[in-house]
Amino acid sequence: MSPAHYIALAVILFVIGGVGVLVRRNALVVFMCVELMLNAVNLAFIAFARMHGALDGQVIAFFVMVVAAAEVVVGLAILTSIFRTRRSASVDDANLLKY
Amino acid sequence: MTGSLAATLVRPAMALTTLPAVGAQHAAWLLLAFPAFGAIVLLLGGKRTNAWGHLLGVAMALGAFVVGVLAFVQMLGYPASQRSRDLHLYSWIPVAHFQVSIGLLLDPLSICFVLLITGVGSLIHIYAIGYMSHDPERRRFFGYLNLFITAMLLLVLSDNYVGLYAGWEGVGLASYLLIGFWQYKPSAAVAAKKAFIANRVGDVGLSLAIMAMFATFGSVSFTGVFGAVGGASHGVTTAIGLLLLLGATGKSAQLPLQSWLLDAMEGPTPVSALIHAATMVTAGVYLIVRSAPIFNLAPDARLAVAIVGAVTLLFGAIIGCAKDDIKKALAGSTMSQIGYMMLAAGLGPIGYALAIAHLLAHGFFKAGLFLGAGSIKHSMNDEVDMRRFGGLATVMKITFVTFGFAYLAIIGIPPFSGFFTKDPIIDAAYSRGGVSGALLGTAALLGAGITAFYMTRIMLMTFTGKRRWEDAAHPHEVGPVMTSPMIILAIGSLGAGGFLMISNRLINFLAPVVGTPPLSHGFFTPLSFLSLALVVVGGALAWAMYGRREVPVTAPHGNPITVAARKDLYGDAFNESVLMRPGQWLARLSVFFDNRGVDGLVNTLAATLGGTSGRMRKVQTGFVRSYALSMLVGAVLLIGALLLVRL
Amino acid sequence: MSHQIVLAASAVTNSGGEAVAFWFLAVVSVAAALGMILTRRAVHCAVLLAIVMLSLAATYAMQGAPFLAFVQVIVYTGAVLMLFLFVMMIVGVSAADSIIETIRGQRLWAALAGIAMLVLLILVVGHAAVGSAPPAGPQNGAQNVTGLARLIFTTYVFPFEVTSALLITAALGAMVLAHRERTSPRPTQRLLARRRVASGRPTPLPGPGTYARHNAVDMPALLPDGTPSELSVSEVLSGGGAAGIRPAARAMLGGQAQAVQTQAVQTQAVQEAPLDADQPDSGSQEDER
Repeated sequence: MSPAHYIALAVILFVIGGVGVLVRRNALVVFMCVELMLNAVNLAFIAFARMHGALDGQVIAFFVMVVAAAEVVVGLAILTSIFRTRRSASVDDANLLKY
Repeated sequence: MTGSLAATLVRPAMALTTLPAVGAQHAAWLLLAFPAFGAIVLLLGGKRTNAWGHLLGVAMALGAFVVGVLAFVQMLGYPASQRSRDLHLYSWIPVAHFQVSIGLLLDPLSICFVLLITGVGSLIHIYAIGYMSHDPERRRFFGYLNLFITAMLLLVLSDNYVGLYAGWEGVGLASYLLIGFWQYKPSAAVAAKKAFIANRVGDVGLSLAIMAMFATFGSVSFTGVFGAVGGASHGVTTAIGLLLLLGATGKSAQLPLQSWLLDAMEGPTPVSALIHAATMVTAGVYLIVRSAPIFNLAPDARLAVAIVGAVTLLFGAIIGCAKDDIKKALAGSTMSQIGYMMLAAGLGPIGYALAIAHLLAHGFFKAGLFLGAGSIKHSMNDEVDMRRFGGLATVMKITFVTFGFAYLAIIGIPPFSGFFTKDPIIDAAYSRGGVSGALLGTAALLGAGITAFYMTRIMLMTFTGKRRWEDAAHPHEVGPVMTSPMIILAIGSLGAGGFLMISNRLINFLAPVVGTPPLSHGFFTPLSFLSLALVVVGGALAWAMYGRREVPVTAPHGNPITVAARKDLYGDAFNESVLMRPGQWLARLSVFFDNRGVDGLVNTLAATLGGTSGRMRKVQTGFVRSYALSMLVGAVLLIGALLLVRL
Repeated sequence: MSHQIVLAASAVTNSGGEAVAFWFLAVVSVAAALGMILTRRAVHCAVLLAIVMLSLAATYAMQGAPFLAFVQVIVYTGAVLMLFLFVMMIVGVSAADSIIETIRGQRLWAALAGIAMLVLLILVVGHAAVGSAPPAGPQNGAQNVTGLARLIFTTYVFPFEVTSALLITAALGAMVLAHRERTSPRPTQRLLARRRVASGRPTPLPGPGTYARHNAVDMPALLPDGTPSELSVSEVLSGGGAAGIRPAARAMLGGQAQAVQTQAVQTQAVQEAPLDADQPDSGSQEDER
């Protein structure tokens, strides 16, 4: 299988994740869709690494994972503190910065 | 009339060398300084000068007269070719190519005017002491009178057109101030405004003419313009001539700018006498005669001048026939007589000096008529309706006699002035030849007849017949302060014409400036007899209508011509419909466009901006998902753009 | 064990079996991803994400990145996703989105933009000089790890240090954000005992009913008259509040549960009132169990 297939798979997963972020209202689900997008990107990096025959892509994917982990930690902490005060996990409820 | 065309050779104006003024003429600046000083002191001094203000005014006028006489005497001592003297006073506008100075040109033409203005002016100043004695604002009146004298002298003495224009505007201002002297009267204020605006229209013509002169000749001084006028094209000269004519019609109340003169009678009678009879209204004639070198090269413009004069002549006469207000009737007469002068000036070199002669004579008898009317008005409790006069001859004898002298002068009965000055004009008109000459001459002849009619009407209605006075009227003769000037003017009415015209005295005197040939025949020609006959017919007609029959106290309806003449031959109606209403509509249209168009544009812009931003702010919904969507769409567009570029 | 997986993976890679594996994993992951965005319940979403992650891990292994495959499973799926599940527990297990979309046109435009993005990126990929892959070298585990380590600690040492700082910061940030200030002093043992006595119920709550046929913790205990006791089921498990026993359990035990509903609500309310009102904290109930 040429890397093109893997990259196409990565693209599909990425787009699905992106649409998921737009369509879902539950904050946790949105988060998880973001994770899906990151995973898709990781897949693409690894495919490229294989294509080039170098390990740089894998290193980058590794770092992406690290950063994603940190991001999830902080994001969920924010989510819980919002949930505590507002008793709602819907992203639509945080809409005060409007016209 | 078979004009003696061959004999009336146009005597070309001698190439006048303008020499600098010396001797007594060196002090000619006092001519302007005296009345200017009087005006400044009286107007700026205020109530403090009330006690002696009038005396200062009279003194300044007399002082100017003395200086004028001295200058005249000195001028008579020079040979004819050296009588034109220039006195440079001040370099006013020394800009590179546009040099204008305030300088005085003392030559035969200007000295005639100087003597008229200061002489008749001083007499009227003296008269005004008595006439305005009951008016608490008498000091201000004399201040304005002195201001007028200053401006008028500047007008006639200036040696360039811009100085003339300055004086022109000055007399317009003085006229406005004096017509509206009793400014608490709405009719006076309106009349003053009307006079000023009508004058302004004429002033546009004069200023355009000056601009054209500068553009064509590069100079605005008399010597500069007259020296270079030969080189200009025919079209330019005609245009300048017509523009000068426009200016003159404004100042002299000729058609089409004649509507203000009758309303100007709202001012005190001395004002009517001085400004609107003797001097200011003659400034237009001065302008045309002074610009003789221009008009000599523009026969079309000259013809226009003559036609304007002839038409106004008849116009004013017809109006004067139907007016019951004595001052308005005399104003119509003024309009008509100036028409005579314009007609004469439009005939070219043969007519210039005749115009001046009639102008000088007219100054005497018209001022005398107005002063007489003033004294009647003064003694009849400010009544001016002639239908309430009657039988005043026995009560106001001096007024009757002086008025009578002036009356005989204006209708042209020899040996009074009018005969000597009016008939040569009619003769000159006929001698022009062709259809135009015949028409102009006939108009002038008819005018003489109508003049006789309305003047006799005035005499009969005022002085003879049954007394139709109001109950409270106690007419009495006025005091010596007022009668003395009237008497002097009456003497002038008697002798001025003869003095000026017999043995071509004035014509010869003015010949170096205007080039009028001396009269080829005497005064008692068949034409003059014809005009006398017409005068008698006119007078008899007036006697038949007003002398024999009783004069009704309330004016009868009259035939259509009378009705029209009472409405100034619809002059005001014409002005209103042709000029005023379109002007109003134009103003309203402009306001409309300003409000809707300009403001609308600006407001629409603002509203568009506001509306757009009001709609665009709805984009900020506050929903994170909408923003995420816009991010995704943006990313899609970016990738698409990159793809396109890379392709 | 890892050795074997790697060998298996490389064997798959070297043969035409890679294509089979790829297609299988691709279908699975795409289906799971689609399911993830379409399902209503959040828990399902998390489980499906786990499936995606695991299949991706397999893909990594196939592509000669065994180390990352393991990291994916251990760290990503095992730690990060579990973190998600914990938070889901706090937020509400059965929290379900409604179908109705509140923002007009959002779904339409999202779908369009998604399709457009898909098309464009596929085009990009198609135009890019991807080329064929070298048979993903038989990089056994040790070579891969050594190579990665060499890269991380030489070329990419700076990003490495920075990300480590990031991790520390994230951990601290989470602690700060999730910290709850006590608005009242912590109730002591004595105070809790006092409260319990003061409330109408000094005794502990009944435990769940575990019988021979059911051994679920969410099965309610039966009262002497045969009706299920609301108090015996944990709030968290039952979905909180007055929802009470889950419907399946209720159906199984008969319809007498209705009668005790009101009584249960009142009792619950009395029990909760004296406590701090910051949150219906099931933690304190757990204390008393």
